[in-house]
Amino acid sequence: MNYDMLLLRFGEFTLKGKNRNRFEKTVLTHVRSVLSSYPAAQIQKEYGRLYVALNGENASQLIEELKKIFGIISISPVVVCPSQLDKIVETSTSFLENLDLQKETTFKVTARRVWKAFPHPSQEMNHLVGSPLLKKFTMLKVSMKDPELQLRVEIREQGTYIYCEVIPAVGGFPRGSNGKGMLLLSGGIDSPVAGFTSMRRGLEVECVHFYSYPFTSLKAKEKVMELAKVLSGYAGEVKLHLVPFTEIQTSFTGLGQDNLIITLMRRSMLRIATMLAEREGALAIVTGDSLGQVASQTLSSMNVIGRTTDLPILRPLIMMDKSEIIDIAKRIGTYELSILPYEDCCTIFVPKSPATNPNLRIVESIEASLANLQTMLEEAVERTETVVLTPESMIEAAEDGIDEEWF
Amino acid sequence: MIYWDHAASTPPYDEVIQTMTEVMKKHYGNPSSIHRMGEDAARLIKRAREVCAASLHVKPPEVILTTGATEGNNMAIKGTAMQYGSRGKHIITTQIEHPSVYDSCLELEKHGYEVTYLPVDSKGMVNPSEVASTVRKDTILVSVMHVNNETGAVQPLAEIGQAVKQANPLTIFHIDGVQGFGKLPVQLEEWKADLYTLSAHKIRGPKGTGVLYKREGITLHPLLSGGKQESGLRAGTENIPGFVAMSKAMRMAAEQTDTFMREVGALKSALLAWIRKTPSLELNSFEEGAPHIVNVSFPGMKAEVLLHTLEEHGMLVSTKSACSSKTAEPSRVLLAMGRSGDAASSAIRISMGMTNTQQDLDRLLAALETAVNRLQPLRQEGMK
Repeated sequence: MNYDMLLLRFGEFTLKGKNRNRFEKTVLTHVRSVLSSYPAAQIQKEYGRLYVALNGENASQLIEELKKIFGIISISPVVVCPSQLDKIVETSTSFLENLDLQKETTFKVTARRVWKAFPHPSQEMNHLVGSPLLKKFTMLKVSMKDPELQLRVEIREQGTYIYCEVIPAVGGFPRGSNGKGMLLLSGGIDSPVAGFTSMRRGLEVECVHFYSYPFTSLKAKEKVMELAKVLSGYAGEVKLHLVPFTEIQTSFTGLGQDNLIITLMRRSMLRIATMLAEREGALAIVTGDSLGQVASQTLSSMNVIGRTTDLPILRPLIMMDKSEIIDIAKRIGTYELSILPYEDCCTIFVPKSPATNPNLRIVESIEASLANLQTMLEEAVERTETVVLTPESMIEAAEDGIDEEWF
Repeated sequence: MIYWDHAASTPPYDEVIQTMTEVMKKHYGNPSSIHRMGEDAARLIKRAREVCAASLHVKPPEVILTTGATEGNNMAIKGTAMQYGSRGKHIITTQIEHPSVYDSCLELEKHGYEVTYLPVDSKGMVNPSEVASTVRKDTILVSVMHVNNETGAVQPLAEIGQAVKQANPLTIFHIDGVQGFGKLPVQLEEWKADLYTLSAHKIRGPKGTGVLYKREGITLHPLLSGGKQESGLRAGTENIPGFVAMSKAMRMAAEQTDTFMREVGALKSALLAWIRKTPSLELNSFEEGAPHIVNVSFPGMKAEVLLHTLEEHGMLVSTKSACSSKTAEPSRVLLAMGRSGDAASSAIRISMGMTNTQQDLDRLLAALETAVNRLQPLRQEGMK
């Protein structure tokens, strides 16, 4: 089927009175940036929805890309025909032929006469279009209530829009429309998903990654850059802060408190993330914590760890099961990267039995005994390297002697 | 000398040779080493895999790097048999497959598998409805080649794939794509291919490298035990310069497919037209076949004699497939097409590439004419 247009429906933000304009504008900019590689396509804006006239551009490719735009909840491919009864029936027929119905399907026609000069009112059109279709396609059974197939016919002066498919899109809030947060990005399965779900809610996300070279490899750093690059596909670009963590992490070893290492480490990470948030003007910290998943994610661990920051800690995955998180990771394209087997700072110096119920007072007194902890934290922030990743970024370790001409 | 044996092997692109040399010199680290040189080598493999995958329009993890089509075909057929033997022991292939497929199937028969070898018609084509009626509940694999290496016959893969999956969705569909890639459009999705074999030296890449495409979700039992290379499917240190150079050859061949079809196809049409006008020659290739292979019989004259006569005139052609041309038997492929023993023993294959020109062809036609005229009176019927 050759479609003429795509109909894009906006999500829940349309309910937001005063901010609605700002939200719509953000979506529009996002759609425009996607359309820049489809020069023939044109946008027509309407109340609560957008139309994209294809003018020969590939519909299925474009749908795949537009589906990822935050704030759009669904997309329908549309065929346009002249607003004349016989043309409308003819186009509707070929539309259904194309669906190639194999089993009995409940069905109704919903016509909407936007152009009041059209001779047949909406109700009448439902019959005028529906009855020849029912005669031709024996698989169709009329059902006014919750039909499996709803053929929409919108009659306008410039032409009639016919569509039935409703392709679910990512939904959420327009990108970056709900402020900024710092995401702790480890390299595991959860944190990229936490990043994605936050971005979908309109949060602008900057990633913070801690590395402990030589205990972690350069590959681990590269992997995190790849993950951030995947996330940038949803945001246009993503900032990644790479924090050197070796010194801080090793200062927690040899204290005779190995079971608290993870707790101490997480607290320092939050402190650094908070300092970076302040510098970058972010108002929250996002983590991939999921209640009870590991020792640092028990309620008492989160209590002891979370006290190091005044910023709200957003934990989008907190009540999700691992399998649900994995499903999202696969869908957004981070799973395959996340399972690459490189050590990251969260998997080294892991004690045999990390504390699941750390004692706040002991943790605080250990930290107090480390006289230069604050200096080390500040130094780590200072030595943090920031890179901006886009979907086009080429990620390669410096001077790897690989010549793209070879391929 | 003019080279007319591109179905046997091809002259590597200059760029491929350059890549091979540079990578070989610079990146001798083992991709499994975890130091910097190892990581660089691993990155080269990763990039090569991405480029190969893009040329096939598949995902990088679906690309297994091999030593060539013989390994790819063996891995596809035996690996499927060993992995899915508990599901069934029936395999379907055709009478005209390359020995690396055909003999793999013969080998499996010795291990308790049942193999159906589908016949072909006089043009060397498999009938999709015959595939449909042969697939059974216990059929684990159907293996059909894209382009026949001796005659250039192109199999109706979309119809066959459809027939296989309709008859038994669990049956794995393997395509030996060696002679097709770069010569004709490759549409793995439309063909419903689960496995697809490719060899780099047939597309102007280096020898000793190839690709086996394995659709996500299919498992193969590895034939080589050892390291965990290629996701555990193929142990052995990767051929880094070879794989990088292969990815380049694949990219170039894929990009040049249209040009290949047009330019080489024109040479083929001219050659076919000339042969049709020569009464003592019998064509085994047709206009609708692949653009680069012409197989012709000179009944009553052993193929080797015609081959050597042409060689005297500076024309290098081959008999049968290069892999079986040293055995003196008549071509199994031509016999399967219903050709007489005489025709099947006297066939030469002229296979062309983009390095051949119209002038080359004029010289070939002159040489053919001289050779045929000279050998004509010496023909014997029913020769051995």
